[in-house]
Amino acid sequence: MSLYAPSSPHFHNDNSVTKIMLKVLYALVPGILVYVFIFGFGVAINILLAIVTALSCEAIMLVLRKRPIAPFLMDGSAVITGVLLALSIPSIAPWWIIVLGTAFAIIIAKHLYGGLGYNPFNPAMIGYAMLLISFPQQMTVWPQSYASNFLGPVDSFKLIFSDNTPEQLAADAISGATPLDYLKNQLGLSRDVADIMANSDTFGLLASSGFEWISIAFLIGGLWLIKQKIIHWHIPAAMIGSLTLIALVFYIIDSGQYASPVFHLFSGATVLGAFFIATDPVSAATTAKGKIIYGTCIGLLIYIIRTWGGYPDAIAFAVLIMNMVAPTIDYYTKPKTYGH
Amino acid sequence: MLSKLFNFNGGIPLPQHKEASTSLAIEPAAIPNRLVLPLSQHIGTPAEAIVEIGQYVLKGEKIAKADGYVSAPVHAPTSGIVEDIGDYPLPHPSGMLAQCIVIKPDGKDQWIELASHSSDYKQLNPSELRNIIRACGIVGLGGAGFPTSIKHNPGPDRTIDCLILNGAECEPYITCDDMLMRDKAKEIICGLLITKHALQAKQCIIAIEDNKPLAIKSMQQAVEEFGNNKISVAVIPTIYPAGSEKQLIFTITGKEVPENGLPLHIGIVCQNVGTTAAVYRAINHGEPLISRYVTIAGDVKQPRNLDVLFGTSVNDLVNQCGGSTGDVRRLIIGGPMMGFAMQQITIPVIKTTNCVLIDAGQSKELQKQKYTMPCIRCGSCADVCPIKLLPQQLYWFSKAQELDRIQDFNIFDCIECGCCDYVCPSQIPLVQYYRFAKSEIWKRERDQQKSDNARERHEFHQFRLEREKAEKAEKLRQKKAALKAKELQKELKKGQTENNENETKENPAKSTAILDAIARVKAKKEKQHITAKNTDELTVSQERMIKEIDERRAEQRNAIPNSIDSTDSDNVDKTKK
Repeated sequence: MSLYAPSSPHFHNDNSVTKIMLKVLYALVPGILVYVFIFGFGVAINILLAIVTALSCEAIMLVLRKRPIAPFLMDGSAVITGVLLALSIPSIAPWWIIVLGTAFAIIIAKHLYGGLGYNPFNPAMIGYAMLLISFPQQMTVWPQSYASNFLGPVDSFKLIFSDNTPEQLAADAISGATPLDYLKNQLGLSRDVADIMANSDTFGLLASSGFEWISIAFLIGGLWLIKQKIIHWHIPAAMIGSLTLIALVFYIIDSGQYASPVFHLFSGATVLGAFFIATDPVSAATTAKGKIIYGTCIGLLIYIIRTWGGYPDAIAFAVLIMNMVAPTIDYYTKPKTYGH
Repeated sequence: MLSKLFNFNGGIPLPQHKEASTSLAIEPAAIPNRLVLPLSQHIGTPAEAIVEIGQYVLKGEKIAKADGYVSAPVHAPTSGIVEDIGDYPLPHPSGMLAQCIVIKPDGKDQWIELASHSSDYKQLNPSELRNIIRACGIVGLGGAGFPTSIKHNPGPDRTIDCLILNGAECEPYITCDDMLMRDKAKEIICGLLITKHALQAKQCIIAIEDNKPLAIKSMQQAVEEFGNNKISVAVIPTIYPAGSEKQLIFTITGKEVPENGLPLHIGIVCQNVGTTAAVYRAINHGEPLISRYVTIAGDVKQPRNLDVLFGTSVNDLVNQCGGSTGDVRRLIIGGPMMGFAMQQITIPVIKTTNCVLIDAGQSKELQKQKYTMPCIRCGSCADVCPIKLLPQQLYWFSKAQELDRIQDFNIFDCIECGCCDYVCPSQIPLVQYYRFAKSEIWKRERDQQKSDNARERHEFHQFRLEREKAEKAEKLRQKKAALKAKELQKELKKGQTENNENETKENPAKSTAILDAIARVKAKKEKQHITAKNTDELTVSQERMIKEIDERRAEQRNAIPNSIDSTDSDNVDKTKK
């Protein structure tokens, strides 16, 4: 009788892709809770819509591509793509925004490139970029933070599934521009930063009202991920470090024209981007040195696009641009092999 | 003396599973009713049988002699009759058959009269020590099975600063070295002193992982008893693969073994504790290597260590441990990380068998998950790689069979320790991919070598034909010239004045004819040299490929002499006699 004789090693730990993705989801929970508390239930509805869409599209594509369905649906990667996209769009955007964006992310950005592990670009950010370019109006109208009439599940549901136009929402004082957007517009009117921030309630204690606390919650989740060794410290540290540094330089040069580093760190999706988006292993650089270069460049690009570019926030474009160069970065940052 | 340890890159703290097999004291395994002794139990040329079927042999009698320098003799593990000399399955993953001597023990276990031996090794010079070690068939017992006498011969120009005694035993389940250090610390230290003398090493460091407190204590006590201040015990962290030679050297000295080099190039020799104990038995007692400690672990009723005669069937050992706890699914010889899964359970224990690991489906870590998922480039593999390779890049290139790119990423530095494979969340059999890529590259190089040889032969053949043709033409011309000369001489008799003119003309004419012929042959040769090569219209990548292969070959050519040629040939001759 011949025994089963595979190649070594014969030993394996019990880690799996699903476990990694689940931990990423757990790490997002505090941020999501704070988000709901500050901006209402819209984000929760968007997350649910995103998950349903992501799993449906994933299943359809797996069938079409004749891949095993159960293990890939269970791996959790599609769910994360959906959740990250839902966290990136305005939480009162009409339902078809998240459905369209998630479907685009899963079908085009993920499966048409070969599915899990083969996508050169971060699928959630591809979805976001597509939405931002195609539907700029819907994508820039955010609910007000700490709104006097808190958007509960029912109100949020009605808003998301209603046919209110962004103009109507703005007129009803439910929504407005994000602080990054507002600051950018007002700076264009030759006001200075301190004046703008002092005279608008879109700005909070540290930076942007509401976003600052969400950022802190994501920061906690992100640090937990590093401790769990799901992500490495290199990308978040390099990205936050370079963004802080460049913001500091310009802030020192002219604090009237350039917002402070703290404002940049705790506004928009900086923290979410640093810990959850730029660290997407599939599309990021993988060597230690490469990750530092990759993170640093993202941080710089974020500042450049935010300050001089055409968009108020820049995580998606900065990440996508760096996705393109990640393989090259990896090639030139090979570690020194033992004995060489 | 040892001020500081160094941490190598990566590595994993693995589940150890070592307690189970260390609860019982070592016992000799029962002498089976048949011993199958492969002639190849070491790295190098298989030994050559010197007994005949039906011959009675005593315990310790040489039954096969070393064939060549890199080889080792085989001795009878017990007294009995040679029952057969023929092909039997080897402990090799392919299940291949090879020549073995089969002995039917007579149960008397009667020793042969042992060769004269000395209780004071210092009276012997290194060369004499090596000859005894070689005659006793001692090879590295840590797993590789490299003949120890060769390792003890660094060559006249090299000094050994540090002799590292490897008692790390970093693979899970295996405990035979641990047990040996607990039981035979003094023998190991004696062997170490002998080895130190043979190598003229300046100092010795005994490296033991910190998960073996009893072994550490026993070794420390023995070191103190000998009172030799050139020997020290280094307690190293338990992190796989700390016992791998390259990693151990780095842990102890902070030095890296150079690419394509050997430890002795940086003045270091590593030796396993078991080998060292065998060296002591050989020098002080004249005993050849006929048995070793073997761990029987995994899904057996009573995991333990036994002192096993070579040639004993693995199946017998499992039965002596109360049998397996279920249907045997897998038999692994060695540890779970780098051991080899065998196709049959009836294979014999040989010199390099340190562990028999049985998988009957009850050990969780030994089971693989159902699905292999795609690589998500998480980088866990690179984090644990003790060689600082980029395992996931190697995987992509192996998969795509990009054999040139994969060499840019130093695939041949991979020690196949399995760390990357162990941590991969997608459960990709990474090491298998690397083995595949390596063998593909070797195959391609062999093919290239073959075609190079064929081309050279063809070119030479063409050149020879041309040369013969040219030679013939030249001879013909010379004959004609000679004829002409004769005719001229005849004419000369007719007139003196004409002759003078002719003579001056003839010689230059002759020599220019020869020069012309040589030039023609040369031109043709050059032309053929160019046209016969199939390397004219190569793409850039192909040229690069060939260049890299040539370079690598050159490197290998440079590396090989260091390992083998740097040994003194007198010694070989002596031992051959």
